[in-house]
Amino acid sequence: MNKPTILVIDDEPQIRKLLEITLESNDYNVILAENGTSGIKATALNNPDLILLDLDLPDKNGHEVLSELRQWHNKSIIILSVINNENDIVHALDNGATDYINKPFRSAELLARIRLAIKSNNTSSNNQIITIGDLEIDLAAMTLKKNNELLKLTSTEYNLLTLFVKYEGRTLTHQFILKEIWGIPYQTETQYLRVFVGNLRKKIEDNPNQPKHLITVSGIGYRLQ
Amino acid sequence: MDTFLHRIKPYIISIAAVLMVSMLCYAFSDQITYRVVALILLLTISVIGMFYYIYPVILAVILSALIWNYFFIPPLFELGIHDAEDILLVLSYFFIALLNVVLTFKIRQTERKTREKFENDKSVKLYNTIFNSLSHELKTPLATIIGSTDTLKENIDRLSREKQLELIDEIDIATLRLNRQLNNILNMSRLSSNLLKPQLDWCDMNELVNNTTEKIFLPYKQTLVYEENENLPYFKLDAGFMELILTNLLINSIQYTSDNSTIVIEIEHEEESCVVRVKDNGEGIPKDELAFIFDKFYRGPSVKSGGSGLGLSIVKGYTEAQNGSVKVENNIPAGLVFTIQIPCETTYINQLKNE
Repeated sequence: MNKPTILVIDDEPQIRKLLEITLESNDYNVILAENGTSGIKATALNNPDLILLDLDLPDKNGHEVLSELRQWHNKSIIILSVINNENDIVHALDNGATDYINKPFRSAELLARIRLAIKSNNTSSNNQIITIGDLEIDLAAMTLKKNNELLKLTSTEYNLLTLFVKYEGRTLTHQFILKEIWGIPYQTETQYLRVFVGNLRKKIEDNPNQPKHLITVSGIGYRLQ
Repeated sequence: MDTFLHRIKPYIISIAAVLMVSMLCYAFSDQITYRVVALILLLTISVIGMFYYIYPVILAVILSALIWNYFFIPPLFELGIHDAEDILLVLSYFFIALLNVVLTFKIRQTERKTREKFENDKSVKLYNTIFNSLSHELKTPLATIIGSTDTLKENIDRLSREKQLELIDEIDIATLRLNRQLNNILNMSRLSSNLLKPQLDWCDMNELVNNTTEKIFLPYKQTLVYEENENLPYFKLDAGFMELILTNLLINSIQYTSDNSTIVIEIEHEEESCVVRVKDNGEGIPKDELAFIFDKFYRGPSVKSGGSGLGLSIVKGYTEAQNGSVKVENNIPAGLVFTIQIPCETTYINQLKNE
């Protein structure tokens, strides 16, 4: 299999150097771009499997680059930024970012999220049976197995799970999930979402209080992995 | 208009006081001599002098002297004075009253200067503490990083692999410490900017505590205990603030207790509030120092390295930003109990049975 290609768009040479060494030593092809314009050009030329995008770029704002890329590029884009406020994170995720990682980051965490994001490029395929760790979801039969044992889900829990499965590895914001499952009028009713996520966790997690599949992204939303 | 009123208020009150006292004296003028009236008026001036700045008081002095002369000193209802003794009396009245005013004024000026100097000294001291604390906390890890990198670069062939890894670990610990201190400073300056508005949303505190304890980037040996409280409602709080509060409380307990201590976290729903308790069985601190523990840059006597003195003031600030209160007490038999109480909305929707 070919090595996946990762495009790094970041104006800081030190960060580019660090990412180049880290990613190449983990068997990725790495392309570097130092500003938004050259990043967009490099995306068009190379169609990378993943883009690591900084938000503070010299020529244009990372949010603009993201919106521009999303008009024609649908592979994963992870935001890698020092900006750590909920508004920016939610805005980026709702604009099509696959994930959001704060600088400074740990390499192991970054690599794990990169693997998830690259995997999520392919989840929208026609696979009917999807396996996530010890979970097996059959989208046609609408069933869920954990360790080969059939689990009973309510219809809302099932809808929630299929939404997460559809966007496996992506961080989904509360608003996005509420809109998809319950519709626009319920976009702020996060307490229902918490209840259903709690119930779903009781079924799919070994320890619902330390979830390994359905991860909380504090103040932002959830991610299935 | 308001400031104008505010400025003339001392003059109006001074005049009114002199007029009222004079009228009272006049009403009893058949029972008291005009010399006693002078004493009463002097007393009035002294009292006014205690409250107001020099100009309204001088006005009161002049007014009272005129009134006394006109209404009380014979011949009545004219300003002329015939008795030589009375002339002397009026002059000494003026002199004593003015002396009174000037002395009071001087005392107050000295007092103000002393206070200003004290405040100034205090802020210089605070500035020095900030400066020393921050430069120490930022430069120590930096020194470790620079030193370790140099050694690695220059002696890479002579160092055993083990030693190399040790130095890399030191760099790792130093950067985490640097990152934590930087976050402290950023959070503190966010607090003092007064622009901090909590973004309230429903919080599952059991989840939040588990999430927070997993994310503490600080090597520690103490035992951290949290028993989930299954009966908790959802609290409407700022999840980010709550994580910050809890993280700082835990880091504080980790830094101030010995390795074999136990740190217990408790979450309760009490009096329409979310109550967070962090208890330890460490050394505790003397009772008379408990009052200062939330002050900026206060550092306890038993601190190990790594404290900036900012953690607990961040706890206090982010609690108060949600209209909550902080409290610290001695634990029985030993250690400390921190209690954070934040009034908030709750919902028991999570306690409803699953359909």
